[in-house]
Amino acid sequence: MKLEDEKGFDITIIGGHDKDGNPEDLNLTIYSGEVVSIVGPTGSGKSQLLGDIEWMAQKDTPTGRKILINGQVPDVEKRFDIDSKLVAQLSQNMNFVMDVTVKEFVEIHASSRKIEDSEEVIEAIITQANQLAGEEFLEDTPITSLSGGQSRALMIADTAYLSKSPIVLIDEIENAGIDRKSALDLLVKREKIILMATHDPILALMGDKRLVIKNGGINKIIESTAAERKNLVLLEKLDKKLLMMRNKLRNGEIIDCIGWE
Amino acid sequence: MKLITVSGPPSTGKTSVIIKTIDHLSQKEIKVGVIKFDCLSTNDDILYKRKKIAVQVGISGGLCPDHFFVSNIEECFEWGLKEELDILISESAGLCNRCSPYLRGSLAVCIIDNLMGIHTPKKIGPMLRYADIVVITKGDIVSQAEREIFAYRVKEVNSKAKILFINGITGQGTLHLADLFMKEGERENLKDSKLRFTMPAALCSYCLGEMTVGKDYQIGNIKNINL
Ligand SMILES: Nc1ncnc2c1ncn2[C@@H]1O[C@H](COP(=O)(O)OP(=O)(O)OP(=O)(O)O)[C@@H](O)[C@H]1O
Ligand SMILES: [Mg+2]
Repeated sequence: MKLEDEKGFDITIIGGHDKDGNPEDLNLTIYSGEVVSIVGPTGSGKSQLLGDIEWMAQKDTPTGRKILINGQVPDVEKRFDIDSKLVAQLSQNMNFVMDVTVKEFVEIHASSRKIEDSEEVIEAIITQANQLAGEEFLEDTPITSLSGGQSRALMIADTAYLSKSPIVLIDEIENAGIDRKSALDLLVKREKIILMATHDPILALMGDKRLVIKNGGINKIIESTAAERKNLVLLEKLDKKLLMMRNKLRNGEIIDCIGWE
Repeated sequence: MKLITVSGPPSTGKTSVIIKTIDHLSQKEIKVGVIKFDCLSTNDDILYKRKKIAVQVGISGGLCPDHFFVSNIEECFEWGLKEELDILISESAGLCNRCSPYLRGSLAVCIIDNLMGIHTPKKIGPMLRYADIVVITKGDIVSQAEREIFAYRVKEVNSKAKILFINGITGQGTLHLADLFMKEGERENLKDSKLRFTMPAALCSYCLGEMTVGKDYQIGNIKNINL
């Protein structure tokens, strides 16, 4: 099964129930090329929704949701097969437990994904990760000693280079102070389906659609409007300013002038 | 009655996985009982009883727990028949990483977790190598990349086994395991059934209670390190 070659790839979420057992009235199909953001208060169930998709839930998760691929229930064997993974997931928890160096980690991951001659890819991943993170790490740094931001940067580069999966799930990329704009540019490829849980207004507005989660259920689906897209431009300007301030602070400078025009 | 042998290192979530799997089976009116083998003590029987699951406990004490398993499993099977169980599950903690308390002709499940370290699959030995199903728990704690790497390492040791990711707390994945239990064949008895792998050899003075260190006290099956 070579899904990455297929053109019209889609995924359907069939509603289950919220945390109180109230039905989640929903039948949502997302098509390849779409970017969908997921918003909602902390603890509302954003990560759970991403988890349901990664698991290809068949009413066997706490939400009772059902996930279809191209309109069909995914085959049981395929669902759990690592070689034909449909979903790449950047989860919220980024604590590594394995006792290996950065290079070993990427190397083994590449071979687990059946990528031969990985030398070049490995180098590219580590270079890319270092560009995203602030402070440089080396290929023989143990992964367990990476900081939160460095781990995240490594996982993003790893996903961008090693994953052929047509669905990419991103959970709160804004945390840990990495350059989220370049991170997204790396991850968002045209033919893919992207779902992204976020508390960040810019990322939220970057979606074609956004799902609002409340009490464990999808409460609302909002299509982004022209006005919102215009505001996104303003927000991005604001954000650049903030980023500049952050970098100044990080480099030990004094913020004596904010410089609003 | 179906017999399913479940084993795995301590604290990997064997009991949680078994209980959550039985929940699915009970809903289908399938009667399941458990026999728990352990070394020194166990509280697991309380957990099973709380769920109204028929349970028996075997504590091996001073004996090798897996020798203890083989020498008792036939009687346990008879207990299961008497209780009119549809499925009997044996749960045992793999302690010395040399045994595999699995019988030919009975489904063998090994439960390990993502936190054990990347080299562990190679160290677990026959218990992992001879399993039909390998359940990997605690996947919610690590990244997808680490889950994939760990599973890959398991495959290097046992390429034939089905690998299942299960969350022992939420039970995610146990529905699939319950389905696989249902596909397992029936057994009439365990007469002349065979272990999948030899038990570790042990017949020396220390097996019989000797406590003193030294050549003079060592009799029987002794092996010395080449220094
Ligand atoms: N429909 C549901 N039914 C039952 N439990 C649910 C449901 N949706 C979510 N939960 C549970 O609620 C808890 C919190 O959800 P989750 O971690 O997904 O929140 P979140 O929105 O990602 O929060 P944060 O913004 O802090 O990351 C989880 O334990 C999850 O399993
Ligand atoms: Mg979350």
